[in-house]
Amino acid sequence: MSDPTYGVLAVTAVTLATILIGSFALRFSRTTSDFYVASRSVSPVWNASAIGGEYLSAASFLGVAGLILTYGVDMLWFPVGYTAGYLVLLVLVAAPLRRSGAYTLPDFAQARLESMLVRRIASVMVVLIGWLYLLPQFVGAGLTLRVATGVPGWLGGLLVAVIVVFSVATGGMRSITFVQAFQYWLKLTALAVPVVFLLIAWQADGRPALDDSRPPTFRERTTVTVRTDVSFVVTDPVRTVVTGRLDGTTYDAATRRLDVGAHVAREGARLTFPAGAVVPHAEKLEPSSGHDWARPLSGAGGRDHPLYSTYSLILALFFGTMGLPHVLVRFYTNPDGRAARRTTLVVLVLLGAFYLFPTVYGVLARIYTPDLLLTGATDGAVLLLPQRVVGGLAGDLLGALVTAGAFAAFLSTSSGLTVSVAGVLSQDVLRGGVRDFRVAGALAVTVPFLVSLGAGSLAVADVVGLAFAVAAASFCPLLLLGIWWRRLTDVGAAAGLLVGGGLATAAVAATIGGATRSGWLGALLAQPAAWTVPIAFLVMVVVSRHTQHRVPPNVRRTLVRLHAPESLPLRRDPPVHRRPA
Amino acid sequence: MSEPPRRVRIVAARRTTARAASRRRGSHEIDEQTDVGQVYMGSLLRTQLRLAIGVCLTFAVLLGGLPLLFATQPAVADTVVLGLPLPWFLLGVVVHPVLAAGAWFYVRQTERNERDWVELVERS
Repeated sequence: MSDPTYGVLAVTAVTLATILIGSFALRFSRTTSDFYVASRSVSPVWNASAIGGEYLSAASFLGVAGLILTYGVDMLWFPVGYTAGYLVLLVLVAAPLRRSGAYTLPDFAQARLESMLVRRIASVMVVLIGWLYLLPQFVGAGLTLRVATGVPGWLGGLLVAVIVVFSVATGGMRSITFVQAFQYWLKLTALAVPVVFLLIAWQADGRPALDDSRPPTFRERTTVTVRTDVSFVVTDPVRTVVTGRLDGTTYDAATRRLDVGAHVAREGARLTFPAGAVVPHAEKLEPSSGHDWARPLSGAGGRDHPLYSTYSLILALFFGTMGLPHVLVRFYTNPDGRAARRTTLVVLVLLGAFYLFPTVYGVLARIYTPDLLLTGATDGAVLLLPQRVVGGLAGDLLGALVTAGAFAAFLSTSSGLTVSVAGVLSQDVLRGGVRDFRVAGALAVTVPFLVSLGAGSLAVADVVGLAFAVAAASFCPLLLLGIWWRRLTDVGAAAGLLVGGGLATAAVAATIGGATRSGWLGALLAQPAAWTVPIAFLVMVVVSRHTQHRVPPNVRRTLVRLHAPESLPLRRDPPVHRRPA
Repeated sequence: MSEPPRRVRIVAARRTTARAASRRRGSHEIDEQTDVGQVYMGSLLRTQLRLAIGVCLTFAVLLGGLPLLFATQPAVADTVVLGLPLPWFLLGVVVHPVLAAGAWFYVRQTERNERDWVELVERS
């Protein structure tokens, strides 16, 4: 590991910039409305940058490259889905949602269905999805700080938690908007600039390609330092030089032959592999071999039924985006429905530009940092590549830049999620004033942070996938039917939210809890969207059809409000912001 | 060319007041939830939903067809475009501009729909 000074400097700089921009905007932020939605005075480009900044989380910045390193081309569906989700959102919900005039998803549910019950269920779902999405951010922050500076994992999470609570509690959404916009551009720069140097170094290195016929190998004699205990699998016998504890014996620079099968290395162990050796892989990963890695539908991670899994993942990501609470709240900061659409269009362009880069990192990581497959810390690929490939002072500086970008990713996504979760908590649980918003902000962060302490080995992308799957099976049907189908009833919506959200939560909780990953059952549990989303729609439609006497009395007026362009002078009822006292 | 331009008499357009009145009438129908108002709203919802579903279906075929293509035509994975295997090229590069183009088309089209509809309501 190189000098941690640069990493510390990078994290400090991002933190200071965040706090400074946040407190600068604080001077303009004085009313309750300012706190929640920036008084709706943010232009499309600013707003789109802010949405991009908020949306590109640890999963995008670190997770995608790590997944590509391990599993190959199938993982490209993650960035494609993250982006395409915005197209679905643009086409089906963006403008009507903005025109609904509500602040949060529960506000929308209440305004459309005129029911406190649906509002309460929606509030619970927002908090649940928000916490699920916050959890991996803290895990990722811990990983980044450990790789960059060597401090223990919990400290990174704690740092992010404290900064987020501070910035949310002092500035609310208004300051968040500026901070988020800044962080999109920081993240883009932090990935794009090192890529140029990485590619030049790769070119100078004789453009090494991957050997298609073999699993990844060490290009040169490589020493791997184990930072947390790891159980790994050797697929090709190899002689290593070991220092530290391996398979229950302590060695001091001893040469030892590793046979095919599982081995356990303890924290602090150092294993030196000769050039050309096949890289062993952590037991929890089942990386694709050389041939499968470059080809689609390889059954990433040894999972069965890759075609089903791919389609289910596509469904979860395409239809889950619209149900993420921190994404929706951003649309209320557009002045009108037309601006909401234009903002979404710009978001698609910004995301497309960003997602060109993680792929490059993933492929280069397969060539230059295959040892991450052994330690299992594949999410660290983006952080390690600059030092490994470019090296020297330039490598350190680029490494610091990437670290800054990663830290920005945690900060911005966590802030956005915290604002949404806190908004719901303060309106529906506490009383709804500014002071309560601050209390709610602290509460919103504390719970997932505490959970993250006990969940050290969670894969960032897996949990983020869970959040998308739950959102797709709950809020997606609520929004689509609420906006486009007049006959949706409160009972139907409540039933669909409970059944869809409940099934999706149960399925992925079972997967993370260690349920089987093989066979049809494993595939259905690990990627539940393909069956939970249709079930949720079906329940909402069937129950609504049987409770037609409960169609909300003002539904026609509500639909006028959602769909009629603002340029037509209509009578518009004031929006429902919070529940009646 | 040397002829002086013809004298044109300009008359204050009485139509403006008429249009203002009808403008009130069209939106009035919607405000008061009359049958005519419902017809207006129904036509707007149908047009917009048709456009939205059209865009979604197009992308369902374009993107949703890819896994099926990869599954049924494994040879596709060995095709190389600009130095990249075709699946990498499609999913890593081509998808993004295509999505942005789809979004741009939708925004243009939906704004046109809304303009036409507002004109329709105001003309009544």
